[in-house]
Amino acid sequence: MNNGIAVDLRNVVKRFADVCAVDHVSMQIRDGEFFSMLGPSGCGKTTTLRMIAGFEFPTSGEIFLHGKSVGNTPPFRRNVNTVFQSYALFPHMTVAENVAFGLRMKKTPPVDIAQRVTEALELVRLGSFAARRPRQLSGGQQQRVALARALVNHPEVLLLDEPLGALDLKLRKEMQLELKSLQERVGITFIYVTHDQEEALMMSDRIAVMNAGKVLQIGTPTEIYERPVCRFVADFIGETNFIEGKVESVESGGIATILSDDGLTLRGQMIRSVAPETSVTLSIRPEKAFLSVQPPPPGTPNCHQVRVERVAYIGSDTRIDVRLGARLFDLWEQNSRSTLDRDAYWQPGETGYLWWPAENAIILTE
Amino acid sequence: MATDTLASDSQLREGQIAALLRRSERLQLGLLLFPGLFWLMMFFALPLVVVVLYSFATNGPGGRIEWTFTLNNYRTLFTESLYVNAYWRSIWAGVWTTLICLLLGYPLAYYIVRRPPQWRTVLLFLVLIPFWTNFLVRTYAWMLILSNNGIINSAIQALGLPRVALYPSEGAVLVGLVYGSLPFMVLPIYAALSRFDFTLMEAAADLGANQVRAFLRVMLPLTMPGVAAGSVLVFIPTVGQFVVSDLLGGAKVDYLGNLLQRLFTRSNPPNWPLGSAMAIVFMIVLTVAIIIYFRVTTEEDR
Repeated sequence: MNNGIAVDLRNVVKRFADVCAVDHVSMQIRDGEFFSMLGPSGCGKTTTLRMIAGFEFPTSGEIFLHGKSVGNTPPFRRNVNTVFQSYALFPHMTVAENVAFGLRMKKTPPVDIAQRVTEALELVRLGSFAARRPRQLSGGQQQRVALARALVNHPEVLLLDEPLGALDLKLRKEMQLELKSLQERVGITFIYVTHDQEEALMMSDRIAVMNAGKVLQIGTPTEIYERPVCRFVADFIGETNFIEGKVESVESGGIATILSDDGLTLRGQMIRSVAPETSVTLSIRPEKAFLSVQPPPPGTPNCHQVRVERVAYIGSDTRIDVRLGARLFDLWEQNSRSTLDRDAYWQPGETGYLWWPAENAIILTE
Repeated sequence: MATDTLASDSQLREGQIAALLRRSERLQLGLLLFPGLFWLMMFFALPLVVVVLYSFATNGPGGRIEWTFTLNNYRTLFTESLYVNAYWRSIWAGVWTTLICLLLGYPLAYYIVRRPPQWRTVLLFLVLIPFWTNFLVRTYAWMLILSNNGIINSAIQALGLPRVALYPSEGAVLVGLVYGSLPFMVLPIYAALSRFDFTLMEAAADLGANQVRAFLRVMLPLTMPGVAAGSVLVFIPTVGQFVVSDLLGGAKVDYLGNLLQRLFTRSNPPNWPLGSAMAIVFMIVLTVAIIIYFRVTTEEDR
């Protein structure tokens, strides 16, 4: 009946007093998928997760878990487990007792409990820590205990609420890879809440970008980054240059010509059909525009002679701000040659030719 | 010149003392411990020794103490039903008061902790307000509430029902004891609960524990230090009290505190040796009870 859908949210609304935390959210999360909810703090992603866990009940709308409506089912009757941001390990129990807690509550025979706890601790490489107390472990180890404690119950869905938020950067990167490979090994559906776009892009099969209680876009990392549906998504994921203008004409292949508000003629890719005279925003990622010393061949689209205003060398790339009309346009050039030659890098005050292929610029209507 | 030598003389002496102190660790220790030890000796150990000595002395005619060693005081305590009953009655009063305070105090503390911060302060304040009135006055107030013409009986009468003899009685004593002790139970439990991370209750529910099991497996064990502290703070003064049982019990039944008070001051002649023996037994019983209680309640954490 559920057609491979693990979690199905239909028009879910959650109001707290007069605040609408989650506003008509609908999404389907597939079996075995690593699904992320990404957005700034207060966007409703955690509330949505808490409704799937059962800590909050929706004001209206429905939640299905493998086809079964669970909207008002208390958390202890849902076969869903959560990894909390603060880990929420029981401080008065050992690591093994923490991991065994869920199985004990389900009255699993003690022999099975012992075996499954050992397996779960092996899975997160904490086999030798079974007798320790949580406070005797480092943050990363506590994190792994929290994972083992949830996974040992073989949940239908594992919910993770910014689980790496409290770790330092290096450990965070390590755990990202570990989580991803763990998810592939156990094959359980992961629903992952984060405000870190890089983390979401790296780990997820699909991402739901949320803002102000609404889902703006659901898609693969590539879709989200390369074909954002609105300004917010384009801005929140990665960096981009926005140029406002009006559609002048539409060509075949989804290419449109735009006259910017400050009089530049630009060409870009439409993601949905747009009528002439519509107000639109052009979004060009900094790594998708180019700056050359020699003028590109005639007929190159979006070509403008510009002055370099600022240059920042950051190792792998050089970030260059050029003056385009009234604005500073940001572009990144990869430092693919290893040289100390000053002439190999742009300097402020120099002039060059800025250009980009029409399909590298996205035309946004929202 | 002269002042110079004086200065160097005193410097020399200071230097010698310092050197002596450095050399003798025992002297250092003695000096550091002296004030504390002196205090403990004067106000704790010495009076205790006096009480122990009295408890083995003989009560002479007119209440005079005769220094003849005897075990009769202890024998009396363990054989005469007046004393044996008073012990049991006091301990039961203490146990019941503690239990009732726990059953009322834990939910109250929980309720207060779960309010928004600004309300918590107000509610805690309300718990503490009765302390600003003299304890005797508050106990007299209970007499007025429970007496035959009191508020409760007036209300019952107004409903056309027969009056109930609420006061004086052992029940009235229990009411007074619970009333007076409740804040001592609420405050330690409140302190323990306010340090409790309520995410742990969500974690327990997430792992399949219903509210009762989550409470018994997670919240109660982690707030046990508060429960233990509150219980001791309620139990000890309750077992030794004599005012509430005098006023609300109508001085008809004897509790430990009443007998002690009588033996030392009211009876004619007084019997200090018997009173001292009573106090010693009382102290030993309480100490043993508390040690057992702490063993049982804090086991989980060790």
